[in-house]
Amino acid sequence: MKLTLWTYEGPPHVGAMRIAASMEGLHYVLHAPQGDTYADLLFTMIQRDDRRPPVTYTTFQARDLGSDTADLFKRACADAVARFRPEALIVGASCTAELIQDDPGGLAAGMDLPVPVVPLELPAYQKKENWGAAETFYQLVRRLAARPAERTWERPRANILGPSSLGFRNRDDAIEITKLLGILGIEINVTAPMGCRPADLARLPQADFNVVLYPEVAETAARWLERTHGQPFTRTIPIGVGATTDFIHEVAGLAGVDPAPALAGQPSRLPWYSRSIDSTYLTGKRVFIFGDATHALAAARVATQEFGFDLVGLGTYSREFARDVRAAAEAHGLEALITDDYLEVEAAVAAAAPELVLGTQMERHIAKRLGIGCAVISAPVHVQDFPARHSPQMGFEGANVLWDTWVHPLVMGLEEHLLGMFREDFEFNDTAQPSHLGHGARTEEPAPAPADAPIWANEAEKELRKIPFFVRGKARRNTEKFAAQRGLGTITLETLYDAKAHFAR
Amino acid sequence: MAPPDGLSPAPTTGCAERPVRHEAGQREVFCGLTGIIWLHRKIQDAFFLVVGSRTCAHLIQSAAGVMIFAEPRFGTAIIDDRDLSGMADANDELDRVVAELVARRPDIRLLFLVGSCPSEVIKLDLSRAAQRLSRQFHPGVRVLNYSGSGIETTFTEGEDACLASLVPVLPETAEPGLLVVGALAEIVEDQFARAFAELGIGPVRFLPPRRARELPPVGPGTRFLLAQPFLVETARLLASRGAQHLPATFPLGAEGTTAWLAAAARAFGIPDARLAEVTAKGEARASAAIVRHREKLAGKSVFFLPDSQLEIPIARFLSREVGMELVEVATPYLHRGLMGPELALLPDCALTEGSDVDAQLDRVRAARPEITVCGLGLANPLEAEGLTTKWSIELVFTPIQGYDQAGDLAELFARPLNRRMRLAV
Repeated sequence: MKLTLWTYEGPPHVGAMRIAASMEGLHYVLHAPQGDTYADLLFTMIQRDDRRPPVTYTTFQARDLGSDTADLFKRACADAVARFRPEALIVGASCTAELIQDDPGGLAAGMDLPVPVVPLELPAYQKKENWGAAETFYQLVRRLAARPAERTWERPRANILGPSSLGFRNRDDAIEITKLLGILGIEINVTAPMGCRPADLARLPQADFNVVLYPEVAETAARWLERTHGQPFTRTIPIGVGATTDFIHEVAGLAGVDPAPALAGQPSRLPWYSRSIDSTYLTGKRVFIFGDATHALAAARVATQEFGFDLVGLGTYSREFARDVRAAAEAHGLEALITDDYLEVEAAVAAAAPELVLGTQMERHIAKRLGIGCAVISAPVHVQDFPARHSPQMGFEGANVLWDTWVHPLVMGLEEHLLGMFREDFEFNDTAQPSHLGHGARTEEPAPAPADAPIWANEAEKELRKIPFFVRGKARRNTEKFAAQRGLGTITLETLYDAKAHFAR
Repeated sequence: MAPPDGLSPAPTTGCAERPVRHEAGQREVFCGLTGIIWLHRKIQDAFFLVVGSRTCAHLIQSAAGVMIFAEPRFGTAIIDDRDLSGMADANDELDRVVAELVARRPDIRLLFLVGSCPSEVIKLDLSRAAQRLSRQFHPGVRVLNYSGSGIETTFTEGEDACLASLVPVLPETAEPGLLVVGALAEIVEDQFARAFAELGIGPVRFLPPRRARELPPVGPGTRFLLAQPFLVETARLLASRGAQHLPATFPLGAEGTTAWLAAAARAFGIPDARLAEVTAKGEARASAAIVRHREKLAGKSVFFLPDSQLEIPIARFLSREVGMELVEVATPYLHRGLMGPELALLPDCALTEGSDVDAQLDRVRAARPEITVCGLGLANPLEAEGLTTKWSIELVFTPIQGYDQAGDLAELFARPLNRRMRLAV
């Protein structure tokens, strides 16, 4: 058992629902107890879908357990096929149904239904949402795209794999990347699972190669397509200017086309914005990054190479991609945080004392509690991160969006200077939010001090208060570390400045 | 003849005898775990530990949405495959998790172990665990248990199960007094406390209390009013401790509130004149507040899909005080005993207990009601079909009881229609 206050991912059957809800003409019969229909509101409320997810739940109750729940499941299958007339059916169990072992796949296979039935085995007590989505997509592709196809097209063709329902900015990323491939003269064969039908999956082998935008969802299927149909797939995730440029070269190489048209002119405003002197104060800002592996890795590159930030923490909840994240963290002299324990992330953020947190909806809560600026870079997200406006993360327009989003929570340059000079202003002081964000008090919660922590002399504590809010946590920790290393029981004014000089080197 | 559960009998006249359609099929409802979302705010020093799966944790955080912050007063002990394969003793694991939690939250005085579908199916004995842990943490923390599983409870029945788990540990009293049962908004609770004081009824206590150490006493002198319609098991257990149930309509709208207060007034021997004096002011304020909405809502049709068991009393209010037409009123569960006074007042309409959501949606589409009351999974899809909806969970999260909220209750139904009229895009 594991004590959990917040979970970064839902159960695997929610991943399967995301695939079903992404597609048209596919229906999902889910053996699940009454109440599991809560998952519908992820789609209808958070993503504001205008239709019910294509999911029929058996919603069994305690009184059904005494009778034939298998029969209940079969009836639900028959009713769903009769009512919704899907092109294909996926069937599976939720966590509770897994315990009662009715074998949805076997039951549906024995029913002689008039459509292809893809059974799902999603171990709910071991795996999570993204794994469930990847497995579902893979099983669908394997079943429906088995037949090889001839490639007789004049122009190169690619599939875009990975965009899905409830994916962070997947809608606009798909638009952005489609546009980019169009500029390169590459035709889109199928975008999947978002917006495609089971029949479209059968056409996947017609493409020359696959563009994998979200490895968490599409890598398993892409590897299978590579093995089975010889389709290579892209490894670069086009988030940020540098990665988008690399992606264009990679795609152009796979397609045998000239990358120049997509790189012509100044395709993104980020490089100029970041070089303009207004951004000098961003240099060396300490940033903590956490999210799914794809977005965390991309953000680490963008933050360090394109914003000039210092990376002080990098982690992911995607265990499937832990190795990549460990390697990236190591390159920055950090140890990657691989966890799905919200409290561990909170402790790591407090210990690193960053000036900016780039994370998920949960890191928003952590950052709010610690009074640190925060921007969201990855799922899980809430309704405000399914915006009405075009808001990609990928491609050159995505880089523009990243620029605005990540700089916004930081105190603006002039205000930062003024706060450093004049600390006692009744209105613009550092317990207030940056004035461009409106008003609201900050609370400072230093991480709990170890038992043998040195004591702050009154005078030194007062001096510490004069250090701007966003770097004060770091100054406090550095000074305490410095004092502890030297066996000083009390931190004086002298210790504070000695520590400052020490760490300045 | 007394009904088997010891509660007061339903009236045998009028509409209470009407036929009810019993429907079975897919149910688009929350499980009882959702009750935690309001109960953890109501009882401030209680913690709700769900023993369940990742689905349970995901449900609560999705339903609680942005409200959850760094340190919520609920969490989930997620069962993993080690617990299922017997590699770990589930009881030892639970003890470890609870010890971790209690160390982390020393402010907690009452801990609910909340059963879920997985914990019920694997037959994890949480009541024994609660007794064991209660002894271990005595006297700092009391540990109780109830089930909020979807296989046993629907949405608000989670509150019933929670309050029922409190009944056996309520202190005993021989003194007469009034107990108001059901979680109410603080402002509503205060209004009711003032009304009872004006009537000269006392002492009045509320279940659940705002703090775990303020558990109300109960005994043969206790009379209790249900403020919420979904408290069947709690009522049964209170009756088994000798408390006497006062049958009444639920305090929704002026009529419902007056009848509810009157039931207490009668039981405590308050003269009718005094009752009329106290209720007249409230009734006048309620009808003044409703009149503006009545102009817009009268004659409009409303269809209730099943959700919280509040459907029948709210339908009664909308029909009798606001003048709306009832097409169909569906409720997840209908207890004829407790709902008797409501059914006696409900005008003619189709009544349904249970759910077959696709069939119900077919009836909604055929009737094209002017307002459909439904859950969040159905609301936007129905709006996209051109139907105006009122999402039902708001009826549980908004102060709607009593005279001074009658206008607000009507407004909840007027708002979506008002919005539809305003929007020109």
